[in-house]
Amino acid sequence: MTEAADLIELSGLRRSYNVGRPNEAEVLHGLDLRLASGEFAALIGPSGSGKSTLLNVLGLLERPTAGSYRLLGQETSTLDDQALTLRRRQALGFVFQFHHLLPAFSALENVTLPALMRDGRVSASARASATAMLTAVGLADALNKRPGELSGGMQQRVAIARALVNEPPLVLADEPTGNLDRASSDEVFRVMRRMHGERGTAFLVVTHDPRLADRCDRVIELVDGKIESDTPRSAAAPPADQPG
Amino acid sequence: MPWAADAHAPPPRWVPPVIGLGFERRVALRFLIEGRMQSLLIIVGVAAGVAVVTYISALISGLQANTLEKTLGAQAHITISARDDVVTPARERAASETLFTRTQPRDQRPRSIADWPALMAELETRPGVAAVSPMISAGGLGLRGEASQAIALIGVDLDRYDRIVQLRSKVVAGTARLSPGEAMLGTELAADLGLAVGDRFTISTGSVSDGARVTALVDLGVRELNRRTVVLPLRSAQSLVGLPGGATSLDLRLDDVWAAGTLAAGLQAQLPYRVEGWQQANAQLVSALNAQSISTAIIRAVVAVVVVLGIASVLVVSVVQKRREIGILRAMGATRGQVQRVFLLQGAVVGALGSVLGVGLALALIQGFSRFARGSDGLPLFTIALPPSLALQVALGATLAGVLAALVPARSAAALDPAQAIRI
Repeated sequence: MTEAADLIELSGLRRSYNVGRPNEAEVLHGLDLRLASGEFAALIGPSGSGKSTLLNVLGLLERPTAGSYRLLGQETSTLDDQALTLRRRQALGFVFQFHHLLPAFSALENVTLPALMRDGRVSASARASATAMLTAVGLADALNKRPGELSGGMQQRVAIARALVNEPPLVLADEPTGNLDRASSDEVFRVMRRMHGERGTAFLVVTHDPRLADRCDRVIELVDGKIESDTPRSAAAPPADQPG
Repeated sequence: MPWAADAHAPPPRWVPPVIGLGFERRVALRFLIEGRMQSLLIIVGVAAGVAVVTYISALISGLQANTLEKTLGAQAHITISARDDVVTPARERAASETLFTRTQPRDQRPRSIADWPALMAELETRPGVAAVSPMISAGGLGLRGEASQAIALIGVDLDRYDRIVQLRSKVVAGTARLSPGEAMLGTELAADLGLAVGDRFTISTGSVSDGARVTALVDLGVRELNRRTVVLPLRSAQSLVGLPGGATSLDLRLDDVWAAGTLAAGLQAQLPYRVEGWQQANAQLVSALNAQSISTAIIRAVVAVVVVLGIASVLVVSVVQKRREIGILRAMGATRGQVQRVFLLQGAVVGALGSVLGVGLALALIQGFSRFARGSDGLPLFTIALPPSLALQVALGATLAGVLAALVPARSAAALDPAQAIRI
């Protein structure tokens, strides 16, 4: 049985802001991290520890100042903006904390946006995939509703559907439940775990909520730009959302 | 998982823009519809600018065409005439000498163009020349009873002259005929002498007098001409003026009225006669028309600049408002080029829609003009039309203006850093 392929490999990753200026500040101090295919990991840590920055670098939205970031075995720090954009499109899904759907488009249209972006049109199969994905997250009735007509939790589920519709190997979620009440948070987390179980997509979820972190398979703790701890969670208290 | 297979293949360097720009088109249109008020405002703004430009262009070209028609309706495009007599000194002045002279100018008598029939035949074969007509022109007096009026008599071959100025179409009474002893008069002159069709009167050129019967009255379109013109058969004029077999000028009509300048210059270089194009003969009118055209061009340019700035300002605001959405699109994998094209398309759509509305407005304005602008006689002053080519030109121009206006906002949208844009 071979080792699960490495999805992400960081070595000596550093990220600074205002490079070369008097107020230069290094936020990530030489991180080493490996994430395998199909892992469901949480990224926790106090405010200001650099979690969002790390997620941006992993999401190819920011470049590392030093060190290496290999995504799916390919070094990304040497790629230009166009290549990074295409990588993002093909390999990654994003779920942000808020304001992540285009308000002028319906739920279904938002989920078909990646296909539209890639092909210039929405084919029947793309529409079918989007519909199926929205159904899978429990929003079969909300296909033609605008984000403004949906609750926060429902919007997040649409975002998850959109992040997954292209079947990327990795979904990055930045505080996906930060804006939601407990019941909605639980619902959203349940959906993410279910998608992970059904599709084997890797998830890296930044969260403040220790309850949610406990429901992940691995918890990476970032403090002051360094990885403080990286512990797998056992299935000691199996939550209701994990399939057997 | 679809990725495992080509995990190590480098991603494609360049994504060809999909035919039809489906993504850009749908996002651009949706953004425009979402910003209803803004989009409507700017479309109306473009429409107003387009309407002004179109209306003014149609008006000025209609006006100019009408003016030219009136002017050239009674004139030849090019006139060739014998040179004035000049005084030449008895000998050339040497470099070391200073001459004190008093020159008496020669009196100018009507002079004929030597061998004009041969010249006429040669001119007719030239490319660009539509018709040639010989003319004797001189001053004289028209007399009837006790009334006398100064007249300008022109002796012509009626058929040839008709091809130059369409004289037959200008007849308002009687029939156009110039047999020996017949004459056609300008309407005002006939009124001044109290002449009707069929009446007789006397023409005198100082040394020679002759009688003539009025066969027709003509309206040459210019008041001064109507007050002085008497049209005679060429032969009669030749004897009145003392130039048997002669012609004081040759009138030319050209296929292209605007070729007169160059053709006249060419002829002047080749012939020993005086060659004058209509533009030289009507220099003041031509300057006035040029001044009009320049003013119109300036107005058009200024309106174009205003329209471009208007569209640009709305799009700049739109880019700022849509920061987050642009960031999300970029994070999802929209390339800078795709984001740029979304905004360029918005500019193009606004320009195109605005121009359609604007051309419609211009048509309404033109209708209004035709209905309300009338001369003292109640007839429309002149007609202006909106040629389809002008409408098309304007529509294309407005669309291009929209794209131009969108260039800077589109670039700034594409340059937004996704991480920053989402954060706010």
